[in-house]
Amino acid sequence: MPTHRIEVRNKSGIFDVIGEGAKKDMLDIGIKGTKSVSFIRVYFIEADLDAKALDHICKNLLADPITEEYAFDRGFEIREKKDLHVVEVAYNPGVMDPVEESTKKALLDLGIKNIISVRTAKRYVIKGNFSKNEMDFITEKILCNKVIQHVPKPNEKQPTPPSYKFKLITVDMLGADDKTLMKIAKEGQLFLSLEEMKTIKNYFHGQGRNPTDCELESIAQTWSEHCSHKTFRGIIEYEEHGEKSKKETRTIKNLLKNTVMLATEELAKKWCVSVFKDNSGVIEFDKDYDVCFKVETHNHPSALEPYGGAGTGIGGVIRDPLGTGRGAKPILNTDVFCFGTPDTPFDKLPPGALHPKRVMKGVVSGVRDYGNRMGIPTANGAVLFDERYIGNPLVYCGNVGIMPKKYADKRVDPGDILIVVGGKTGRDGIHGATFSSGELTSESEATSSSAVQIGNPITEKKVTDTILQARDRDLYKAITDCGAGGLSSAAGEMGEETGVLVHLDRVPLKYSGLSYTETWISEAQERMVLAADPENVDELLSVFRKEDVEAVVIGEFTDTKMLELKYNDHTVAKLDMKFLHKGVPQIKRKAVWKKKSHPEPKKRSPGDLTKFLLNILSSWNVCSKEWIIRQYDHEVQGGSVLKPLQGVANDGPGDACVIRPRLDSDKGIIVSNGINFLYGLIDPYWMAASAIDEALRQIIAVGGNLDRVAILDNFCWGNTNKPHQLGELVRASLACYDIAKGYGTPFISGKDSLNNEYSVNGKSISIPSTLLISAMSVIDDVTKTISMDAKIAGNHIYVVGETFNEMGGSHYWKILGFTGNSVPRVNCKKGKILMSRLSSAISKGLAVSCHDCSEGGLGVATAEMAFAGGLGMDLGLKGAPQGEAIRDDATLLFSESNTRFVVEVPREKQKAFEKFMKGSSFGLLGATKKQSTFSIKGLGGKTIVKTDISKLKGAWQKPFSKKAN
Amino acid sequence: MPKAKVLVLRTAGTNCDLETAYAFKKVGASCQLVHINRLVSGETKLDKYNILAIPGGFTYGDDIASGKILANEIRFKLKKDVTNFVKNGKLIIGICNGFQVLVKSGLLPNTSGTAGELQATLSINDSGKFEDRWVYLKTYKSQITNHKCVWTKGIGDVIYLPVAHAEGKFIPKDTATLSEMKKNGQIVFTYCGKKGERPGYPENPNGSVENVAGICDTGGRVFGLMPHPERHIRTTQHPRWTRIQKKKRSLDGLQIFKNGVKIASKL
Repeated sequence: MPTHRIEVRNKSGIFDVIGEGAKKDMLDIGIKGTKSVSFIRVYFIEADLDAKALDHICKNLLADPITEEYAFDRGFEIREKKDLHVVEVAYNPGVMDPVEESTKKALLDLGIKNIISVRTAKRYVIKGNFSKNEMDFITEKILCNKVIQHVPKPNEKQPTPPSYKFKLITVDMLGADDKTLMKIAKEGQLFLSLEEMKTIKNYFHGQGRNPTDCELESIAQTWSEHCSHKTFRGIIEYEEHGEKSKKETRTIKNLLKNTVMLATEELAKKWCVSVFKDNSGVIEFDKDYDVCFKVETHNHPSALEPYGGAGTGIGGVIRDPLGTGRGAKPILNTDVFCFGTPDTPFDKLPPGALHPKRVMKGVVSGVRDYGNRMGIPTANGAVLFDERYIGNPLVYCGNVGIMPKKYADKRVDPGDILIVVGGKTGRDGIHGATFSSGELTSESEATSSSAVQIGNPITEKKVTDTILQARDRDLYKAITDCGAGGLSSAAGEMGEETGVLVHLDRVPLKYSGLSYTETWISEAQERMVLAADPENVDELLSVFRKEDVEAVVIGEFTDTKMLELKYNDHTVAKLDMKFLHKGVPQIKRKAVWKKKSHPEPKKRSPGDLTKFLLNILSSWNVCSKEWIIRQYDHEVQGGSVLKPLQGVANDGPGDACVIRPRLDSDKGIIVSNGINFLYGLIDPYWMAASAIDEALRQIIAVGGNLDRVAILDNFCWGNTNKPHQLGELVRASLACYDIAKGYGTPFISGKDSLNNEYSVNGKSISIPSTLLISAMSVIDDVTKTISMDAKIAGNHIYVVGETFNEMGGSHYWKILGFTGNSVPRVNCKKGKILMSRLSSAISKGLAVSCHDCSEGGLGVATAEMAFAGGLGMDLGLKGAPQGEAIRDDATLLFSESNTRFVVEVPREKQKAFEKFMKGSSFGLLGATKKQSTFSIKGLGGKTIVKTDISKLKGAWQKPFSKKAN
Repeated sequence: MPKAKVLVLRTAGTNCDLETAYAFKKVGASCQLVHINRLVSGETKLDKYNILAIPGGFTYGDDIASGKILANEIRFKLKKDVTNFVKNGKLIIGICNGFQVLVKSGLLPNTSGTAGELQATLSINDSGKFEDRWVYLKTYKSQITNHKCVWTKGIGDVIYLPVAHAEGKFIPKDTATLSEMKKNGQIVFTYCGKKGERPGYPENPNGSVENVAGICDTGGRVFGLMPHPERHIRTTQHPRWTRIQKKKRSLDGLQIFKNGVKIASKL
């Protein structure tokens, strides 16, 4: 069958947006000789087509008649010259081309039948004089990512996938000594320890046989850190060297159960519907509906292929609420990223690492394209930068779902039918679960590429639409998603209590050649598995068929309590569910935490702090992220109430986001997050405490309350085999318990991603220990919420909460080059009362704006309120309540003490507001004004900040408007 | 008065269907979400309805070009049904992706009334990326007074709606097409500044030729626009609702649905 090449490009005179974008990327990265870039889309259609048919296809489908022109078979004649280069980029064999399925469908609509395959490629025509090195750099580092793409050779043929011939493979474990066991683990990319390998060997010894490759893989997937959280559930010998160098030791039997989960258990909130057992945590929304929330990470895939990694990250977490209970409708996405700084010089990059700017652009567009196509608003997030994230960026993706109460649970009975729905299975994403549990190296790019996938959001959208239809007709009893570990985890978990028999030969494949094991562990995206009563199966399958969604019966649930896999008539696995799920040996590890001492600035701060305020506003972590936020649809589904960008010009930084999930009700959901790795450099305990406080502050700031707040933990850590890393994890977990308990806010779900290290020449660079706390709250009346922008000239500006000498980890010290030691602490007892008073004051309409005080302290919070509202302010630090004696203006202005808010109160409401706040610390800082000047007087009465709100805003917007995009 | 019957068209990748249906219901219509496969198979008959709404989304992933694949389905599989629908004086609205579908299937601008040749396109934004932002729209007046669109009767001179798209740059086939459209009163909305002044970027968020944001056919009943009227039908959707006094709040998107439903209920 011939393959026809079709090329499409813009007609002359039409602005070539993609070509211009590529040119900008080249110039940005310092390839100065770039004169112009033009872009050509290439399609390869494998089918028997004559010129007339090809012309019909081009004219009516592939090329836009107004703006584009086309050429088929030979393509456009372009002669390469000294200053004219052509680079073509195609997907690697086996990588899913998202355009294939839709293009095939469109060709059928045109009446073109018998299409074997459709593939696409990109062709760039580049004008400019480049050295060979520069040309290689353009090809390899800008236009092509060899993890998924390559530059095809002339007349390259797509290899035909080989057909698969069944052969049962067994692994000789019974005869293996320790060394051989470890060799098996390493070569099979199983990431299992010797003790685990020995446990497996023992099990099979008892069975009197060797395992099949498929059995060993199933165990490795199920026992991976990613799936079984063995660090958190293991035994930890913990040693803590306190501040006065007292040594304390204790044994923690299961860190997760004794901290994060314990707080939830002890708080025993009635509105917690399902915690820590389903794919996401579920709480009550109103009398008819529940809402659920899950946040995951997709760090390692995003480091290697930012676009695909981040896209499948958001795609994966959306399937968590969809796979919770009997399926929740996804209604909100959140995303939090940690990258290297975008202005990192190229020569500072470790070998094999992508430039942070490329990582950032790829991650943002990956989340954008997946989230937007799913029709889910992305309305909350954060972006942080530090050089230690260069080799190992962090990509947290979260999703909130809503479902009628009756669908909050699931059950599986023997005799139920197992159905796989959605995407076909391919070789993509094999070993994702085990890969994510290991460390990244400079060779990961080459060796782990099969662990990276490209998502197809439209497949997932179709799956979501049809699943919700089937759910509402009660056609299935249980659902879960195929995430890490693929079918092996999904079917394995679903059948844990009963037993399950799966026919691997019935799983629909993208192409031939997959072995039974590859089929079983593939992490191909956009798949869900269902358990249905046999009598509903026909009707269920027809729901999917009607909207062109693949759904196939692949097995049944049994009463054997065994995992049984068959390929045609051959049994390829037969494992006890109990061994599979409970057999992992509890690991024993040592953890040590010792407080480090960091140097602090000695000099007293200068009298004029204007420059420092502007510098903090321009720092990467604080500055405006509008460039990213606007690329997400934050309003789809129509329920947007408080958007991420607020104020007179729609560009100020909002605190939490508020949405109305039921369009016919005023009841709403508030979602926020707290994260600050700088505090963790000093003490992970107070980092965790501060992160929780920050997430809660944002909820209070928009008018929410603490009555129904659920929180989620997401630990991203370095290698926890190292005692000091594990020690930090213990410290942070202890705070999670204390603070969640103190504030009365239970954890409902969480996730850990350990081993975030990047190794170069045998030396590991660890990320800073980073904890993300995500919070979700239910609010009765969204019309009572308030935004952060100052509203009316002449209003009072209050600060609520006390400031301490807590400059450790502050942004002020960061720009001076210091970390320091006096990390912000949290006092839950006082904080809880203060938050509840402020919350009632806001709900009574006594405040018209409120902003959470975090990075950059009072200085940044007041500046942001002023410029977002387009109003000036005259403030004085004398009014700010001090928790301890503070003599230094810079400390009072920039300390990042927790549980503080800046609040705008109309003059006529002053008395009422003060009455409500009585008993908690608050003070009057000054007032808003019409004029655009912004001034702050220090403790001694001298002016310490004097500038204009346009300057403040300019400084805050500068980094992304100039350097990043 | 009989209820207007609205068919909200769905297919793979449609995603503003529920809120569009909600907007129509809010103004008294009865609404059904219908997958295109049901129209193609004949299971659902288009002529039972009097409004066809093609909502926003990324149909078929916007693969090849935004709206193209759904547009071709309409062009090659439902052409007769849809042209009869229009001929019978029924109403069509295409929002965002729906607008792209109407343009790429030849139903807009359709200056000759034959819905044959494609006369315009909606191309990638000049900024090269998807953007979500609120924009001001001016009801197109200029020297033309024969403003045709039945969907926008009684709408203020300058209104405020959000856009959220990556491919919204309106490009007509040639200047003759644009002149013809102006002459026929087919240009409905143009992007503008806050007070109606000429826009730069980002007031014109995509680089549309002559700032065109929404157009109708020569009869004024088939209407397509890039901004989302269904995202401004209640107060709390406005990005600055917390700053605006209660009596000054307006719901700029709602009137569009009211107009459509009022006419359709008489059909």
